[in-house]
Amino acid sequence: MTVREALNSALDEEMSADPKVFLMGEEVGEYQGAYKISKGLLDKYGPERVLDTPITEAGFTGIGVGAAYYGLRPIVEFMTFNFAMQAIDHIINSAAKSNYMSAGQMNVPIVFRGPNGAAAGVGAQHSHCYAAWYGSCPGLKVLTPYSSEDARGLLKAAIRDPDPVIFLENELLYGESFPVSAEALDSSFCLPIGKAKIEREGRDVTITAFSKMVGHSLKAAEILEKEGISAEVINLRSIRPLDRATINASVQKTNRLVTVEEGFPQHGVGAEICATIVEDSFGYLDAPVERIAGADVPMPYAANLERMAVPQVEDIVRAAKRVCHRSVPLAAAA
Amino acid sequence: MCAQMYYRGKMFGFVHLYNGQEAVSTGFIKLLKKEDSVVSTYRDHVHALSKGVSARAVMSELFGKTTGCCRGQGGSMHMFSKEHNLLGGFAFIGEGIPVATGAAFTSKYRREVLKEADCDHVTLAFFGDGTCNNGQFFECLNMAALWKLPIVFVVENNLWAIGMSHLRATSDPQIYKKGPAFGMPGIYVDGMDVLKVREVAKTAIERARRGEGPTLVECETYRFRGHSLADPDELRDPAEKAHYTARDPITALKKYIIENKLASEADLKAVDKKIEEVVEDAVEFADESPHPPRSQLLENVFADPKGFGIGPDGRYRCEDPKFTEGTAQV
Repeated sequence: MTVREALNSALDEEMSADPKVFLMGEEVGEYQGAYKISKGLLDKYGPERVLDTPITEAGFTGIGVGAAYYGLRPIVEFMTFNFAMQAIDHIINSAAKSNYMSAGQMNVPIVFRGPNGAAAGVGAQHSHCYAAWYGSCPGLKVLTPYSSEDARGLLKAAIRDPDPVIFLENELLYGESFPVSAEALDSSFCLPIGKAKIEREGRDVTITAFSKMVGHSLKAAEILEKEGISAEVINLRSIRPLDRATINASVQKTNRLVTVEEGFPQHGVGAEICATIVEDSFGYLDAPVERIAGADVPMPYAANLERMAVPQVEDIVRAAKRVCHRSVPLAAAA
Repeated sequence: MCAQMYYRGKMFGFVHLYNGQEAVSTGFIKLLKKEDSVVSTYRDHVHALSKGVSARAVMSELFGKTTGCCRGQGGSMHMFSKEHNLLGGFAFIGEGIPVATGAAFTSKYRREVLKEADCDHVTLAFFGDGTCNNGQFFECLNMAALWKLPIVFVVENNLWAIGMSHLRATSDPQIYKKGPAFGMPGIYVDGMDVLKVREVAKTAIERARRGEGPTLVECETYRFRGHSLADPDELRDPAEKAHYTARDPITALKKYIIENKLASEADLKAVDKKIEEVVEDAVEFADESPHPPRSQLLENVFADPKGFGIGPDGRYRCEDPKFTEGTAQV
């Protein structure tokens, strides 16, 4: 099942199970979704539940929050999360903080979803990764699915969750196909929020990643296997709350850590994981933590520059080797 | 009283007083049912009181005590009451307008999709003249008119946005004209006269209730004090202040009542005394209320507390007994 089909089926099932769930965003209706994620939903549920909005992110995000205050369960789709910056006031100030400010009177069962991070050649303003931004804000839950099973289970969990959830998808993963178990196809299938998944067990080094980078990490792990390094790959699945227990347990087993992310390095997800490991598993580390992140520059357009600005499989392999053998000095910044 | 308490240190942070604008709040909110919603800005104490939140709850909230309407977690600028459908309390100007539009959207959704046939709840969005230059205002005028939402946009035009005069900030200062540009009626009313406001409010609210769509109402009003208690208020012309003080809505209503023999001087004096008693009682109650306990710091971040994730012992953090003491490590 492709990730696109997984998301579509999750939306379909949740909308049919609960009439309070509705989808709104640009091009979600008649266009069948900017990336065809909401294909067929308009015909099935009608224009009152699948709303094509005007190009007013701040406005319709706020409308979603207002509807959520009253117990409806909106799914707000952003064409990409870059456009969500126009609405970030509502995501943070009206959605994330409301349950706290109202002392539990107003909870906000809303889901903000859309593609996040770099796509292919779309330039600086369309390639920003927001995992670290939203991951630092209390009151939000931030999910980053990788496979189709992740996409289905986490989206269903997000829609059923009584709190604001940021669901960061990845445009390049939409078309990728993954095997899905029969259990995942069941309409009540749900994955827990806040639990990471160990995609591949290993003994020598832990590699944490989320979204597209999980695929790269798995490929890197295969290359490392041939060189005698057994890598454990953790698919974070949930940036907030971060599954610190799983990451720590893994590092306490392997004693080495490489964090991989697509976003900018400073104040990124890798930085947070590094701090967590230092706090909880300092004595277990045999080498300093390696952070692989996107280059510290706005995303360039030229194809070869873009390849350099996003982590590739070779970068992960090199970092894992460095952390295992310390044979090459830590790489300089870009 | 708020000002006195602020200067005595019982209240802190940002406090924005509503003196002089009372006619707008009273004129509109007193026409609403309990299920109708009000969304306001940081200048929300009086909207809260008009909607039915008790004076004790408001004062306690201002003092930051646990008996406040938001248990002290919101403060002056963030008054919420689910019971009275007061949806806040938003600090960013323009932030409340889309939320109000969403509440109106819910009313329509409940009627049309969830088939709750008697759901005709109306939402009022209160905001100021400064907000009318903000993008979110226009976005919501468009969507409310497009989807015919049961909402009334009430502009409390007090001519000043902190120290920025409305005339210096706006290309066309007549805000009510922006309504017809989006396909809804735009009405201008003297916001210092509560009876005139009430007339206009009645039309607008009933229009929304019948499902005919939104209205934009511009109320000419004035705030007698500065923007907030921290504002030295040096830029406003004393002559302008005197002009509006002479039109104080409360004094004007008193005059009207006495002239039209609706009540006697003695009756009104009794009302004044009662109000003083309520305020004194509220202050005493708030003073004596306890501060929030330590454990309240971590509460209510999420409706589903498992959102704090899994602790180092492998169990959900919210199941850790220390969590409710406020001493668990998060």
